[in-house]
Amino acid sequence: MSVLLFLIPLSVLFAAGFFAAFLWSVKSGQYRDTVTPPLRVLLEETNVPKRKQEKSSSSRRQPQT
Amino acid sequence: MYALIQEHGLDDYYRLKDRRGVPAPQRGEAGRFDFLNQPEVLRQWADYVDPGRVRVTMRLPAIHCIACLWLLENLGRLHPGILTSRVEFARKELSVDFDPAKLSCSQLASLLVSLGYEPDLRFSDAAARKTSTKPSSLLMRLGLAGFAFGNTMLFSLAAYLGLDSFSGPAFQQLTGWISLALSVPVVTYAAEDYWRSAWNGWRQRVMNIDIPIVAGLAALWLQSTYEWFSRTGEGYFDSLAGLVFFLLCGRWFQKRTYDRIHFDQDYRSFFPMSVSRCGPSESRIALSEVRVGDRLKIRNGEMIPCDGLLLSNAAHIDYSFVTGESEPQRKDWGAWLFAGGKLAGSAIEVECAKPVSESYLTSLWNHETFAKVKHARLNPITDAYSRRFTRLVLTLALVTAACWAPFSPAMAVKAFVSVLIVACPCALALAAPFVFGTAVRALHARGWHLKNGTVLESLALIDSLVFDKTGTLTATGVSPVRWIGPPLTRDESQRIRSLAEQSLHPLSIQITRFLANDSEPVILGNYREIQGCGIEGTVDALPVALGSRRWIMDALTRERSASLAAMNEVGGSSLDHEVHVLMGGAYRGAFVMEAHRAPGLQDLFRRLEPRYALGLLSGDQDRERELFARLLGPRAELRFSQSPFDKLEFIASWHQLGRKVLFAGDGLNDAGALKQAEVGLAVTQESGAFCPASDMIADRRQLQHLDHLLTFARQSIRIIRQAFAISALYNAVVIAIAASGQLSPVVCAILMPLSSITVAAFAASRTAWAAKIIPEATEIGKAGVETPLLNPLRA
Repeated sequence: MSVLLFLIPLSVLFAAGFFAAFLWSVKSGQYRDTVTPPLRVLLEETNVPKRKQEKSSSSRRQPQT
Repeated sequence: MYALIQEHGLDDYYRLKDRRGVPAPQRGEAGRFDFLNQPEVLRQWADYVDPGRVRVTMRLPAIHCIACLWLLENLGRLHPGILTSRVEFARKELSVDFDPAKLSCSQLASLLVSLGYEPDLRFSDAAARKTSTKPSSLLMRLGLAGFAFGNTMLFSLAAYLGLDSFSGPAFQQLTGWISLALSVPVVTYAAEDYWRSAWNGWRQRVMNIDIPIVAGLAALWLQSTYEWFSRTGEGYFDSLAGLVFFLLCGRWFQKRTYDRIHFDQDYRSFFPMSVSRCGPSESRIALSEVRVGDRLKIRNGEMIPCDGLLLSNAAHIDYSFVTGESEPQRKDWGAWLFAGGKLAGSAIEVECAKPVSESYLTSLWNHETFAKVKHARLNPITDAYSRRFTRLVLTLALVTAACWAPFSPAMAVKAFVSVLIVACPCALALAAPFVFGTAVRALHARGWHLKNGTVLESLALIDSLVFDKTGTLTATGVSPVRWIGPPLTRDESQRIRSLAEQSLHPLSIQITRFLANDSEPVILGNYREIQGCGIEGTVDALPVALGSRRWIMDALTRERSASLAAMNEVGGSSLDHEVHVLMGGAYRGAFVMEAHRAPGLQDLFRRLEPRYALGLLSGDQDRERELFARLLGPRAELRFSQSPFDKLEFIASWHQLGRKVLFAGDGLNDAGALKQAEVGLAVTQESGAFCPASDMIADRRQLQHLDHLLTFARQSIRIIRQAFAISALYNAVVIAIAASGQLSPVVCAILMPLSSITVAAFAASRTAWAAKIIPEATEIGKAGVETPLLNPLRA
């Protein structure tokens, strides 16, 4: 059971990593507007031809899928 | 517009746009946005300025569908100067980054206008955005508490199940250190607001709910740390983190507000950002640039931004928004014009006589009412309970300690601390946030927009209702006219019109308009206007009278006319305006004009009358006194010709009688009264209208459900009390355990979250159920969707 002594701090470190990711997402403003992004995803996947997406000057902020 | 979109390969716009809902606005005159290019305006306006990149954010009220979003986010293809554009749908805001070398700010605004998205440029918005703080810190605190709660709970669970019997004390040591380390930021950072608020309460000698919370937190943490270092137990770190986590959850639930509704507008958001100044060359200048002596050009529908002199021949100014008077006033050359009037008719020139900030209208904002903070305490009901609660808990703890002391001093200390720990009013602190959060959301869906949950507490105490007339109970504008009686011949209508034309009374004006087709006025003699009764005169040798029911009836009775019976049969509903016609001594019929009232008012006032003191304040003349006396009932107080200051004083005088007043009003003239009243309800009539600072905003058509709203408010307070009772029950059980000195971390870890969850679930579900007494805003809600105030997706 002594392996727990190693595994438990490791698990806390892992969790801390996720916590840091959460902090980053809050700080970068991802929770500020929760209405528009879902709509944006709908639009770009279903309605805009690919060609336009590449040319678009606004492609910088589109999700890189 | 189509050509512009087609040219740039954006024709998908039309494929997406299922309905062409945006009316093309009238083209603004050239140079309307020129003032935006001035460096200091730009600095005030832009979020970010750099030689190669400028970012501006503006509100576009016309944003309403997914196609708008798509078009606006692809602005870059319409003009190479636009680098990126991004829409925030809920707030109807567009942020644009552009290259100032290729595109000026005014060109950008003109481009948006040409697409049908007229930017709503107002100074107060720009100023507010710069000062607004990000609400993200609460989320970070919540995240931290959740992280600590999850981890410590995991370790504690293992300890409770007896894992250390396998792994020995080393395991316990390790998890203990980690838990201790995690608890430090929870107590200091995550619970920071509670410390701050408790400290403020302590300094002001106000016992708020946060003082017992902080006392409990401190007791928990100190006891746990002591146990840990003295090796006498594992401590209560898991309960501590859980407590903070649940508290923050409640706070977050309550705080998720609808920030796209602006509750704190003042006169600046009412005025345009720019006006055109006449001079050698006409130019648009920012409002703050206007100096005394400037000659300003005001066009039809535009607002007069400052007090000044009229330099044109004649103008009709609509002051309904400032004074409540619904008819436009005629002003002649050289007349003194007050700020806030809207021009109706051809363009005029005005010489500015006072700076914008010193006009009559804005002087209202300098009144002391606007200086004081309205709610000193945040949760009066919760605070009242917490005072009693804290006293009770302290007494209990001391009594317990005193009972144990003779037998075992160590046990006395343990019992004392245990009582403090478990009696922490977690459930008490959660009840109000969950009830208020749910209530605000439920009301939002039903067309009532509350500034925050505390408004509900004030609403529950309301015993007096005061209404503004124009714009709140009635709408401004022309109402349809009906003629009741045998059809008028051409000759007769000509006579009536000739007589009505003489009077400036609004009803006469409407009758004149109604009969406008049969022109050719006839010679008139013996014209007489009797205030409050009607008008009479001899038209072509025939005496004609137009007037109120009572006046005409008296005339008929005097002459013992046979047509008195005929008159009794005529009449609209008791709330319509009636103008009866007497011709040649005989009764002829009546014009009935329906007042534009908010629907359902008659029923509403019948329900309200027995329970509330009612009042009506109007800037109007008292020509409708009778009508509203009937509508509001005999006990109501009616005041007419009230200035904005009179209204404020009236509310203050009711305060002195010990009444808790709700004031419903709409215009700038009501701003003082809205602020003075316990609850200020701003009633909006049309989409995107200006609402002065208030506690609550509602659509005018929702006003008929006001009594249900008040009932709901009282009910929600009752729900909070019931939740308190549940929490008290839990506390009684746990305190009994603690007082006997048998409190263990396991019991604590189970009971504390359990009581929190029970209380939160009860509060939220019970409130959602209670909200059903307010009728769903079916049609009204849908109409509300189109208003720029509201979020179209969630409504």
